[in-house]
Amino acid sequence: MTLLDVKNLTISFGGLRAVDDFKLSIKQGQLYGLIGPNGAGKTTVFNLLTGVYKPNEGIIKLGDRDITGLKTIEINKAGIARTFQNIRLFKELSVLDNVKVGLHNHHHYNTLEGIFRLPKYFRVEKEMDEKAMELLKVFDLDKEAGYQAANLPYGKQRKLEIARALATEPKLLLLDEPAAGMNPNETGELMDTIRFVQKEFGMTILLIEHDMKLVSGICEELTVLNFGRILTQGKTADVLNDPQVITAYLGE
Amino acid sequence: MGKMNSKLKFSKTTKSNMITYLIVAVAFVAVKILLAGGHMSSLMEGLLVPLCIYVMLAVSLNLTVGILGELSLGHAGFMCVGAFAGAFFSKCMKGAMPDGLRFLIAMVIGAAVAGAFGILIGIPVLRLKGDYLAIVTLAFGEIIKNLVNVLYIGRDGEGFHFSMKDSISLHLGEDGEVLINGAQGITGTPHDASFTVGIILILISLFVILNLINSRDGRAIMSIRDNRIAAESVGINITKYKLMAFSISAAIAGVAGVLYAHNLSTLTALPKNFGYNMSIMILVYVVLGGIGNIRGSIISAVILTLLPELLRGLSDYRMLIYAVILIVMMLFNWSPKAIDWKERVREKYFSGWKGRKGAAGQVSEGVLSKGKGGK
Repeated sequence: MTLLDVKNLTISFGGLRAVDDFKLSIKQGQLYGLIGPNGAGKTTVFNLLTGVYKPNEGIIKLGDRDITGLKTIEINKAGIARTFQNIRLFKELSVLDNVKVGLHNHHHYNTLEGIFRLPKYFRVEKEMDEKAMELLKVFDLDKEAGYQAANLPYGKQRKLEIARALATEPKLLLLDEPAAGMNPNETGELMDTIRFVQKEFGMTILLIEHDMKLVSGICEELTVLNFGRILTQGKTADVLNDPQVITAYLGE
Repeated sequence: MGKMNSKLKFSKTTKSNMITYLIVAVAFVAVKILLAGGHMSSLMEGLLVPLCIYVMLAVSLNLTVGILGELSLGHAGFMCVGAFAGAFFSKCMKGAMPDGLRFLIAMVIGAAVAGAFGILIGIPVLRLKGDYLAIVTLAFGEIIKNLVNVLYIGRDGEGFHFSMKDSISLHLGEDGEVLINGAQGITGTPHDASFTVGIILILISLFVILNLINSRDGRAIMSIRDNRIAAESVGINITKYKLMAFSISAAIAGVAGVLYAHNLSTLTALPKNFGYNMSIMILVYVVLGGIGNIRGSIISAVILTLLPELLRGLSDYRMLIYAVILIVMMLFNWSPKAIDWKERVREKYFSGWKGRKGAAGQVSEGVLSKGKGGK
């Protein structure tokens, strides 16, 4: 079953066609990679998928639903969550609260119930705490729950971002360079975590990555972008051996 | 921090909040004892209600500046709106209902009107990114002050009359009475304010703000402050929560205004009480007390209100010393060295106790110990 179906996606900034005639089809439960040299338009694709930019042309469908042109929060509610290339945590909040913000739209009580501390407040907060701790444990962050997010080491900040995204209960998870700045050990650990998320949560994952080891290690299919256009698309092994791709990365 | 057990973590925020309430309560009792013993000068006694008003203003502004992370330079404007709305109601209803009830309703009206203005300003401005709110609120404060100065409202047998020109153009009947008289403001507001009422209002403001911060909505508000783009990406409705924080902040300033109006026999909108100087003053309380630190706002508002009075004996050097103390406090609160030093002192003498930072560390006991056990 196709979960994400993108056709003819195009956006221009002034005269520059940052993304041109992009298409993508990701099946339910798949781990898909989006690669390409710097400035190829990978993050722009993410921004289009999450409603940060509105495409000039094209259709984005999540399941049966057309989500083209929706606002970011509506797209998140529809089921797409993401992480960022440059980590964007809620720095002054605790690790636990970061995840609880992610749970915001799934656990409700109103403002007055919160201010007057009515029974529902305690019940829902407890639910949220438990849910959040469960997620933190998956990422081995449970011991740091009370830490301020800004005080976490880099690798754990990346993991916390993924945990927060998962807290919104997405159908599709977008990871923007999750291994950026990590050493080989951390990258290896991250690969395990991503595989775990895919299996355990039945999550469909689209990731942008430069680290070829990670890409070839976990992605089932790849799309290679170059200058905003699709260079090639297909099974990981085939794509990585494509002479065009090697040229794009290494030059003539 | 790592050694801290789960019990401590659980109570960290709650404990911190309790200390804040306790400080207010202790201050109240201390002042009452001083008053009963006759140890307080009439000058100081006169400062008690203004003190409560400044504390409320500082605490409420901290909600906008520290928790929401937006700069507002028109807090005195919301106070002004609340003051006039409340005083107008009290003047209209004087004698028509019991004093206590009238005062209570006046406060609700002051809060509602100021909150409504907060929403009115917030809807267009809070959608923008950047420091636009500071500019617009600065203008709002000045506009409100000037508007009130040319507002004439009278009442006679036929009902209410409005004018923006003068009291004669109200065309009041024989039995007519001018309620708001332009630059002369409102005279004869009943004197309902007292120190006790002020303290109760401070406690209510604290209750609302602290509980808001430590709830689902508070987390959403702080997430916007910390990273707007990320907050949007996890489905937080930015405009809604910005408006919520800003209007609650304005509403509390409005209540402070009502208290102010009921502490004076004549309420006028002067640059001194509702001008931008006042707004800046409130901001100074917030910045000195620590942005986002509610308890700090209370303490700095008290110190900075009392200081000029305590230094009165030094006549000419008064403002000089005031300024020096401001600078020293600022350095003590914000310079990295001083922060390090405080951290060390805290660890040495008060180990296990760490300062509040946002709502960090609010973990329910059961969950955390379960988390530990499961590891």
